[in-house]
Amino acid sequence: MKSIQDLDRIRQKSLEKVNLRRNVEDANVEAEASGEGLTDGKPKDVLVCGGTGCTSSGCQKIINKMEIQLEKHQLKKEVKLIKTGCFGLCEAGPIVIVHPEGAFYSRIKEKDVEEIVEEHLLKGKVVTHLLFKGAIDGDQVKPIDEVDFYKKQQRVALRNCGLISPEDIEEYIAFDGYKALSKVLTEMTPEEAIDEVKKSGLRGRGGGGFPTGLKWEFTAKAEGDQKYVACNADEGDPGAFMDRSVLEGDPHAIVEAMAIAGYAVGADMGYVYIRAEYPIAVARLQIAIEDARKFGLLGKSIFGTDFNFDMEIRLGAGAFVCGEETALINSIEGKRGMPRPRPPFPAHKGIWDKPTLLNNVETYANIPQIILNGAEWYSSIGTEKSKGTKVFALGGKINNTGLLEIPMGTTLREVIYEVGGGIPNGKAFKAVQTGGPSGGCIPADHLDAAIDYDNLISLGSMMGSGGMIVMDEDNCMVDIARFFLDFTVDESCGKCTPCREGTKRMLEILERITEGEGEEADLNKLESLAKTIKNTSLCGLGQTAPNPVLSTLHYFRHEYEAHVKDKKCPAGVCQGLLQYLVIPEACKKCGICANKCPVNCIDGVKGKEVYVIRQADCIKCGACMAACPFKAIKKG
Amino acid sequence: MAKNLFTEENFSRLDEVIAANKETKGALMPVLHEAQRIFGCIPLEVQKVISESLKIPISEIYGVVTFYSQFTLEPRGEFVIGVCMGTACYVRGAQPILDKISQLTNTKVGKTSEDGKFTLEATRCIGACGLAPVITVNEDVYGRLELKDIPAIIEKY
Repeated sequence: MKSIQDLDRIRQKSLEKVNLRRNVEDANVEAEASGEGLTDGKPKDVLVCGGTGCTSSGCQKIINKMEIQLEKHQLKKEVKLIKTGCFGLCEAGPIVIVHPEGAFYSRIKEKDVEEIVEEHLLKGKVVTHLLFKGAIDGDQVKPIDEVDFYKKQQRVALRNCGLISPEDIEEYIAFDGYKALSKVLTEMTPEEAIDEVKKSGLRGRGGGGFPTGLKWEFTAKAEGDQKYVACNADEGDPGAFMDRSVLEGDPHAIVEAMAIAGYAVGADMGYVYIRAEYPIAVARLQIAIEDARKFGLLGKSIFGTDFNFDMEIRLGAGAFVCGEETALINSIEGKRGMPRPRPPFPAHKGIWDKPTLLNNVETYANIPQIILNGAEWYSSIGTEKSKGTKVFALGGKINNTGLLEIPMGTTLREVIYEVGGGIPNGKAFKAVQTGGPSGGCIPADHLDAAIDYDNLISLGSMMGSGGMIVMDEDNCMVDIARFFLDFTVDESCGKCTPCREGTKRMLEILERITEGEGEEADLNKLESLAKTIKNTSLCGLGQTAPNPVLSTLHYFRHEYEAHVKDKKCPAGVCQGLLQYLVIPEACKKCGICANKCPVNCIDGVKGKEVYVIRQADCIKCGACMAACPFKAIKKG
Repeated sequence: MAKNLFTEENFSRLDEVIAANKETKGALMPVLHEAQRIFGCIPLEVQKVISESLKIPISEIYGVVTFYSQFTLEPRGEFVIGVCMGTACYVRGAQPILDKISQLTNTKVGKTSEDGKFTLEATRCIGACGLAPVITVNEDVYGRLELKDIPAIIEKY
């Protein structure tokens, strides 16, 4: 490809490929049966989610079965089978969507494939009993974008995820792909491109929230014969998979954005540092880079200009701290991933001491849209200080586990109860954890807080990269704090003392508390230790590691107090504080519990005497409680 | 673990990898990834070869190998069981599942069973949070697990 005209030609040609997905038709119009072949006379696009979630729930088997069925019914010409990136609703996987109707099938099993092919693809009748339960209202079939899960969402970074085949560059081009790059290269100076990003108000989506445009400007102004752009795809927060989903669903968006960034700051080489734990994302990004080279969108004199740009993938090797920018740079250079003191910032001394622009995947994914639609459009979304949208990975005790993108300013309540569908099994909401091991737990009182960078920080948490874990009444907040500390102790690189030694001492105190050996003085000790670590650690990992403890101490101090004063775990999680008790009024004296007890610590006489658990010998395995047919055993 | 890792074939594959990466800046990490794949671990013998070819001190290589959790000094079991201990899996009960597997396979977390059959690991979030709790056995993924599902899964291997 040599010019913008070439790009336009490919786009026109490719539009046919994706036409069915661009205009969703009403699925409720009765299809006319005409006999053979495609009886409603229309071609279809069958999209099967190939994200990590759906791959784990067996989407490949569905695809294979679908292939066989299409072959059998000679539908291969009319029906296109496309493996896409994540649709977001991982809970309902494997997911199959049929266009042009936008019919949203969920939890599809191999045996369901035949029915979809014979009824929907052949006869044009949507198989309503296989639809996602939220995609049907009475007898009306709702297209995918009207399902509750998607209604409040606005997809900018995820716009192509679940819509295109991530391994087909032409489909990306059909949806205006590489148009932003051509615009920047031929119509804008580097300064104008930076200015557009600055005006958009975009802030770093990796967690810190630093204004992206400023970072670009610093790198552009830094002196150096060689500059680099880098993409941080070392998404290590447990429960967070936003960046992976973007890379799996729309890898070309990252390639295009990095080339734009390269032009803006004056770099001709880009590195993507990605977790080795994400094999699908790595493979698709590799294909995207190679295809972009073939099409002349990476390499020498792109679009006939004098701008050269190429990029490479570098794999992480399982170290959480490498998500910290200076540690990531060390790792790219082939060293231990330990952070460096800042300043100098990477904008001045980054990879091989050259000025380096480092942004996160989701940040990059917004760039082509900002260039195409303008800074004004982007900054019209969101709140005063947090512009645009944010992708979250919603998980834990929530009905609709999955990936979502909402405008900044949406409330936590809307996300959890409307998009997320609330808490399963009628349990009560207790807290939502944002920001992973660097964030905090936000209790029910603050559910109406609008999500933006500053609000979350004032609530003692942070935006982080976008993990959002919901907890219910059965989760013990002391145990959760211990869990995160355990994670940071393990992942601390050991370079600076506050983080290496301090987090370890905090963990020991928390372990003591959860084992029932805590004292009241421990709570103050935890607090003062936490503040010291926050103030004195070298990098972001240590500076934020105490947050889960501080926020739970702030909002759930009563739970800590119950552990240390009353020696009780109110949620019944901490084994050391747990007692299994027979409720005398409910006991039917059947003796089943005594039979099941592996250590014979339940005494009683069958049919005559109420059974009693000898606490001294009880190993707290819970077998009795599970065995009792009358629910006469409780945890307390 | 009677299997001999240090075959000529493995070392010549390593040489190819080194030759292909020699000119790359920061070649150590890509080479170590390949070495881990070829040998299943990166013991000192392998580090020595890499050190000599890439002209990097072996102390530095040892430092890098031991820093990252994906590189190991010792070979791993025939079946690597990973129990996801990400937050989503943890709040949905990954800990009892880990305990159960440890008991059934007679393997401590982070170790390999005596017969070299199983390696049990508590892994970081694998991102299949929609299926929590999740375990992996080599390439197979099992999700939406309950304690009672565990014995049947272990039985399969």
